[in-house]
Amino acid sequence: MIDTAALWSVQTLVPLPVLLPLFAAGLTLALHRYANVQRVISVTALSVTTASSAGLMAAADNGPVVVDVGGWAAPVGIALVADRLSALMLTVSGVMLLCVLLYSLGQGIPEGEDPREGGRFGGTIPVAIFHPTYLVLAAGVANAFLTGDLFNLYVGFEILLAASAVLLTLGGTAERVRAGSVYIVVTLMSSLLFLTAIALIYAATGTVNMAQLAERLPDIDPTVRLALQALLLLAFAIKAAIFPLAAWLPDSYPTAPAPVTAVFAGLLTKVGVYSILRTQTLLFPDDDAVDRVLMALALATMLVGILGAVAQNDVKRLLSFTLVSHIGYMIFGVALASEAGTAAAIFYVVHHISVQTALFLVVGLVEWRGGSTSLDRLGGLARLAPVLAVLFFVPAMNLAGIPPFSGFLGKVGLITEGVRDGSGLAWALVVGSVVTSLLTLYAVVKAWNKAFWQEAPSGVARDLALPRSLVLPAGALVAFGLALTVVAGPLYGYAERAARTSMDGFTYVNAVYPGGSERGTGESVEVSEDEGQP
Amino acid sequence: MIVLENTPSAVLLLAVGVLCGAGVYLLLDRPLTRVLLGIVLLSNGANLMLLVAGGRAGASPVVGNAPADVRMSDPLAQAMILTAIVITLALTSFVLALAYRSWQLHGHDEVADDEEDRRVARQAADNAPAYEDSDAAETGETLDEEAATVYDQVVERAERLRAQRERDERDQHGPQGGGAR
Repeated sequence: MIDTAALWSVQTLVPLPVLLPLFAAGLTLALHRYANVQRVISVTALSVTTASSAGLMAAADNGPVVVDVGGWAAPVGIALVADRLSALMLTVSGVMLLCVLLYSLGQGIPEGEDPREGGRFGGTIPVAIFHPTYLVLAAGVANAFLTGDLFNLYVGFEILLAASAVLLTLGGTAERVRAGSVYIVVTLMSSLLFLTAIALIYAATGTVNMAQLAERLPDIDPTVRLALQALLLLAFAIKAAIFPLAAWLPDSYPTAPAPVTAVFAGLLTKVGVYSILRTQTLLFPDDDAVDRVLMALALATMLVGILGAVAQNDVKRLLSFTLVSHIGYMIFGVALASEAGTAAAIFYVVHHISVQTALFLVVGLVEWRGGSTSLDRLGGLARLAPVLAVLFFVPAMNLAGIPPFSGFLGKVGLITEGVRDGSGLAWALVVGSVVTSLLTLYAVVKAWNKAFWQEAPSGVARDLALPRSLVLPAGALVAFGLALTVVAGPLYGYAERAARTSMDGFTYVNAVYPGGSERGTGESVEVSEDEGQP
Repeated sequence: MIVLENTPSAVLLLAVGVLCGAGVYLLLDRPLTRVLLGIVLLSNGANLMLLVAGGRAGASPVVGNAPADVRMSDPLAQAMILTAIVITLALTSFVLALAYRSWQLHGHDEVADDEEDRRVARQAADNAPAYEDSDAAETGETLDEEAATVYDQVVERAERLRAQRERDERDQHGPQGGGAR
C-alpha cells in the first residue's frame, strides 16, 4: 500500500543522487541530436541531485538515513546509507560536478578540431557523448558514497571507472589513448584486487554488508583480518593515489580536457580516500600496526608528491603532483585514528575537492588565454587578464595553506592532532606537513611568477577577452572554496560529528539494523551454524 | 541443521592460482592486447575465487525445490560473479577499442613512455654531474646518460613528425592555407 506520506519521506532523497543522473544519462543519450535539450537535462539533473544531497546533509545530522533497495532489509538486500560523512561528500561533489558541467557548457568546443592544430582547448569534446558519460560518472560517484554494501561499492567504482575512461580518451588522440591505456589498466588492476578482497571477505565472514561486516570482522582470526584489511587498503590506495601506487596519476590526468581533469582531480581520488576512511573507521577500527604503516605512507606521499610538483614545468602536471601530495594529508588524518584526526581529514577532503577542482578549471582558462600550459610559453597574464590572475591566486594560496583560508584550517586541525598524538611518526608527519605546505607554496608561486608576472612571450595573444561563460563557473567554484572558509566553524563542527558517528561503530550498524544488532541479541543463525556443529 | 561443508576444492584453488599467475605475467608485458589478456585471466581468477568463497555446490537455490537433506548452493556468490563478469566484459571491450585505436594511430599497440617524464630525466641529466653506478661498469654509460639519449631520440622523432605534419598540411591547403596561418 502506498500513501503519499511514504512517498515524500526523507528516505526518498537517498536514491536520487544515483537514480537521477542515470535516468538523465539515458535521456541525453537518446536525445543526442538535440544539444540544447541535452544541456537542459544535464544541468537540471545535477541541480536537483545537489539540492537533494544538501537536504540529505541536513537530515543525516539527526542520524543516518537508510533505504533498503527493493524493499529487502539489510542483510539480504543492499542498503543505501546516508550518514553525515556520505551526505557531506555527496553535497560537495554535487556542487563541484555542477560547476564543472556549466564550465564545460561554456567551453562550447567545435567538433572535429584537432588539438594540435591550434585548438584552444587542447582537443575536442564530442558533446553528444560527453553529457551521458559525465552523468554516469556522477551516478557512480554517488553510488560509491551512499552504498552500505561492499560489493555495491565495487559496482560504484566500476561505473565511475568506465565513465572516467571514456572521458579521459574523448576524441581518441594519440596522447589521450596513451594516457587512457595506462589509466584504465591501473584502475582495472585495482578493481580486480578489490574483487579478490571481496571474495576473501565473503569466504571469511559470509557477508558483504558493511554493517554486518563491522560486527563479524572482530570475531575472525586476526591474521586473516589483517590480510583482508591489507588487500582492501591496497585496492583503495591505488584509486586514492597513495605514494608507491600514485605514479599513474600525474601521467594520465593532464592530457584530458580541462573540465574532465578538474572533475577527476577533485573527485575520483577522493572516492578512494572516502573508502579508506570508511573501511578504517567502520570495518577495522583499533589497529595500531596498520595505522603506523598508513602514517609512513602518508609522509612519503606528501614529500614525494610535492618534490615531483617542484620539478614540473607544466601547470597541469604540477597541479597533478600537488594533488598526489595532498592526498597524504587526508591519509595522515585517517591514520591518526582519533575523532579529531578523522574530523580534520574529512574537513580536508571537502576543502581539497573544491580547491583542486577550481585550480584545474582556472588552468583551463589559462590555457585558453595563453595558448599553453607550459610555464616556458606563458607570461604576462597578470596584466593581460587580471581577473584570471585573481582566480588563480586565491585557490593557489588556499591550497598552500595560507591563513585564513580553509586549507590553513584543515592543516592546523591535522597538525594539532598530530602533536597531541605525540608518537615519533606523528611528529615526523607534523614536520612533513609543514614542509609540504611550504613546498606547495613554492610550487604554486613558481607557477604564478612564470605564468602571470614574467614578461609575456610572443606566443601570448594581446587582446583576447575571456568568455564570461567560462569565467563565471570557475569563479563560482573559487567563491565556493572561499565560502568554505567563511562557514568553516559550522562545517568543522559537522565534520567532527561525522567523525564521531563513523568512529563509534554502533550508529551506523544500528541504523542499518533497526531494533538491535545480531551481536546484541547474542544469537545468530549463521554464526551458530559454523561453530555449533562438530 | 545441515552442517556447512566449506572446505574448498583443491582443483578450483589451483585453477585460481594458475589464472592469476598467468594474468600477472601477461599484465607486465608492453603491448595492450597482452595486457588485456592478462586482465581477462586475472578477472576469471577473481571470479573463480568468489565461486570458491560461496562454498561447495549443492541443490538449486530455490526454496522448496531442494530435498530437505541437501544443502542449497549459495546464490549470492553466483550473483556477484555474474555482475563482475558483465562489468569485465564492458571494460574489456573498451580496452580492445583502445588497442585498436592505438594500432590505427601508430601501427602497434605498445604503450609508449611519457615524454614529460623523459624531459624531467633529461633535465636531471643536464643538471647533475654524472656519477658512477653499477650499470656504468657494463655499458660504459651512466643511467643519466642513457636517459638523455632516450630523451634526445624522442625529441628528434617528435620533431621529425611535426615537420612531416606541417609538410602534409602545406600540401593539403596549398599556398592560401599556408598564408592564412
